[in-house]
Formats: sequence, C-alpha cells, structure tokens
Amino acid sequence: MLLTNRMVHMKPGSEVSAVQHEIGSSDLVPERGRYIVDIEGTTIGIFRLDGVLYAYENICAHQGGPVCQGRIVPRVRERLDDAKQAIGLTFDETDMHIVCPWHGFEYSITTGIHAGDPSFRLRAFPVEEREGTIYVTC
Amino acid sequence: MPPTDGVTPHPTQEITTRTDTRDILANARRDTEYYGLDDYLIVDVDSHHVELDSWPEIVDYLEDPVVRDIAHQLVLNWPQASHLALHNHMAGLTLQDVAGRIPHQAALAEPVAETDVHRDVTLVRRAMDAMSIDVQVVFPQPMLEIGLHPHPRIATQLMLAYNRWFTENILGTDSRIKTMLGLPFEDPDACLETIRRYADHPDVIGFLVTSQRHTGVHRNQYMKVYGELERVGMPIGFHAGPTWGDFMTSTMNRFLSVHAMSFVTCNMTHLTNWIINGIPERFPGLRTIWIESGIAWVPFMMQRLDHEYLMRQSDAPLLTKRPSDYMRAMYYTAQPLEITDMGLLESTFRAMDAEHTLMYSSDWPHWDFDVPGRIMGIPFLSAEGKRNILGETARRVFNL
Repeated sequence: MLLTNRMVHMKPGSEVSAVQHEIGSSDLVPERGRYIVDIEGTTIGIFRLDGVLYAYENICAHQGGPVCQGRIVPRVRERLDDAKQAIGLTFDETDMHIVCPWHGFEYSITTGIHAGDPSFRLRAFPVEEREGTIYVTC
Repeated sequence: MPPTDGVTPHPTQEITTRTDTRDILANARRDTEYYGLDDYLIVDVDSHHVELDSWPEIVDYLEDPVVRDIAHQLVLNWPQASHLALHNHMAGLTLQDVAGRIPHQAALAEPVAETDVHRDVTLVRRAMDAMSIDVQVVFPQPMLEIGLHPHPRIATQLMLAYNRWFTENILGTDSRIKTMLGLPFEDPDACLETIRRYADHPDVIGFLVTSQRHTGVHRNQYMKVYGELERVGMPIGFHAGPTWGDFMTSTMNRFLSVHAMSFVTCNMTHLTNWIINGIPERFPGLRTIWIESGIAWVPFMMQRLDHEYLMRQSDAPLLTKRPSDYMRAMYYTAQPLEITDMGLLESTFRAMDAEHTLMYSSDWPHWDFDVPGRIMGIPFLSAEGKRNILGETARRVFNL
C-alpha cells in the first residue's frame, strides 16, 4: 500500500461534523482562477472551470505540499500523426490541472485525480454558490 | 459581502519564485507536529545554495591572475555573462523546474531584509527552520557539473575559488551549516592541498567528488588523496549530477529521462570502479558516501556485481568478500527516495541495511526534494531506524 500524506495525518477520532461556511462573494473566484481560504485551521483552494466551482484541501497526496497554491495549466498531450509519428506537444484546454509547487504532481481540477496515476487524489469538499455567494462545507 | 467568522483569505494565493521559503515550506510544519520531529536529531546531508547568484564575488577569489582576468573580462564585456563567466553550465538543465510548475527550482528570489549575514545564509536558515532540520550540509549547484568542464586548469581554479569564497562567506556564520568541500579532482596535488587546508575547519565535515566526470576513481594518482582522507579521518562523498551530453543521455528528448538516468549512472560507474579495484580494502578506514542517486539502484548493483564477481574473481583480486558486502559498509543519502512500491522499498532497505547505512537528505531547493516526514511515514522502519536515518547515522559518520 502506498502511504499518502493525507492518510498519515488523519488521526483516529479527529473527524468532526461538517459545517457549511460562507466564503464570500462569487467574484472572488474568477473563471480559471482560484481563491484560497483558511477555515478554522484547514486551508482550502476553490477553483472555477466553465462556471462550476471545485474545492480541495491544500495538501498534496504525495508529500503534503501546498497543491492549491501551484500553477493552473492545461494538460499536456502528445500529438501523433496517422503513422504514429510524434509531431509535437499541445495543451488540452478541456482538462485544466492544478500543479503542486513542491514536486509537480498534477491533478485534474474537475476530479482532483492525478493525471498519471488515479490512486493519487485530493481531498475534496462540497462547494456551492447561491445568489452570488460561495459556501464550502468542511 | 464579508465571510463568516473563522474564514480568512490565505495570505499566499499562489507560490512563485518570489514567495518566502517559509511560506513555500509551511506545510512541512504539519509533519513536525504530527511526528514530533522537534524531538529528533535531523541532519540533512544534501542541500544546496545557488552559487551563481554570487558568481561575480566568487570569480574575485580566483588565484590564477590570468584565469581571473579572463573571468573579469567576460563579466565586463559579454552580455548576461556576469553570473556564468567561465562556467560550463549546460543549457538544457534549465528545464528542471518543469516549465514553472516547480518555482523553487528556478530561483529563490524572495525578499531578504537581513544584512548581517550573506543572503544565502538566511535562505538556508529559513529552510532548516521550516523543515525542523538541526544540521544542514550545503553544497553548490552548477559547480556539481565542474567535472565536465573542457578546461581542467579552469575547473581546478574555479573549485579552489569557490571553496575559499564559501568558507569565508557562508561557513562560520551559523554552526548548523556544514559542508563537504569539493575536491578539484582534475589535480590530485590540489586535492591534497584542499584537504590539508580545510580539514580542521569546524564546519567542513568531509570532502566531495562531483560525480559527473569521466575519470576512473581507481587511478593511481588518487591513492594519495584517499590515503590523506583516511589519515585525517574525514569521509569522502560522491555527489551525482546531471548531464545531457554523454553517450546515453544524448539520445534522450525529455528531461525526465535524462534526470532518471544520469543522476544514477555516474555514481554506479564510480562505485563499480571503487569496489572492483579494491579501494575499500586499500583504505578500510575511509568512510564513503554516495549522494543524490536515490536508493533503487543499490540492490541492482549488489546483485549485478555479486553475480559477475563469483564468475570472474580473477578480475577483482583485491576483494576478500562479495561486492555487496562492501556496499553495505558504505553510506547512502536517501533523496530522492523512490517510494512507488512499498514491497520493493522494504526489500531495498533490507538489502542495504538501510537502518545503519542510509542518511536523510532533503536536496532542498531542488524540484525533487524530500521533507523529513518522508522517512517517518515508512511503515516497516523501526523506531531506532527512523532516528538513525534522520540523524544518528550522520552523527556517527561525520563525528557531529
């Protein structure tokens, strides 16, 4: 079994009931942007893609790095021609990633799953938007 | 609309090259609290400062007046050369930061207000404090490629100049900062002079061969160097480095490939020559450390060399036991610790007797650095083994 930082740091009995927190105005999180907040000791990154919000704990599943504070960048794909020859790299704008700035682990923002190994995933939190206000439950 | 109580904007929304080291490494504090790392001796046997940031100062320390003049003229006349003059820094290696995805690899360009010590001392202190490190061995970065310099005289002069600059400007300001000084390996007499000049320095705790070089470490010219290190009781380290220009890596088109191979093959090569030529038999009191190649290569080399040795003992007549036995009598730094298969990792630790031969290293601020919590999270290690790897083995190896 591969130990992830998240598993290492979850002490038995440390779970508490989730509470919905009001974060602030919707315009805090622009399209393809982020807003990082501290909520009672937990740091959470909120992202927006195609108008939809996603929220993850700011802890990489690798070594616990501040994943939400990294570069937001499209997935890189390699193009092949009909003869399977490599003809260059390109960005896939339909799959935006958040990259942990400690070691470069890349996660799809829409799923929180590592781009190269789905066993690595970020801890997600429910996030919603009502009447111009963002709420996160944690 | 104000947020609810208990919700505050995080002060650092995005980490860049200008973010404070303490903010970049803030999450390491979680490991410190969870594992109680403040109660452990943590010795980081491999970290780095960026000597090219201070390059105009360093070239002033060149002792050869002609070489120093060449450097000064390069700095004066060539655009952008002030931080590279005379150096053989390989262009492709600037891909290490994965196109800005790992900013601290490219630069620690944060503000530093302190003026009582060199800027690099402040940066080292910030990293040590953030990762709960008690003693940090600090090395240069591009100087690790000096063994590939096309001009041996310049390579020797640069190493001597860097050593003098480092000992006069970085060491001595904080007793937690140590180093293993690089040997000017192109010139064995200069190696001897370096050992004799610095062996008594309280913060020089060993000497280093930068591994990315094309010389046989078993050649007779080096025996007096190893003998002197054994005599003064100082360990020798081999620090791996990258190259995109050897026969193997020049076929490669991705930095991932180059890094995965070249940081290991240089140490594999030197270790092979070291053992098969019986250097451990000739200098049994010389402590030897293999730095920054991870550890996955160790069981491979143990099996491979043992297999060949048993069939070709006459090729290695100085040996009195299997190559793997010599390997278990040497030391290794942990980073980058390849934790991708826990079963293989456990076998590797067993094969190399890691609880007594492995030493924690961060390699900060490089892109594949390891925090101390990396060691604490390994489930099969004994409590004593964790303490040994994090610091106690280094305490013994370096007489700290």
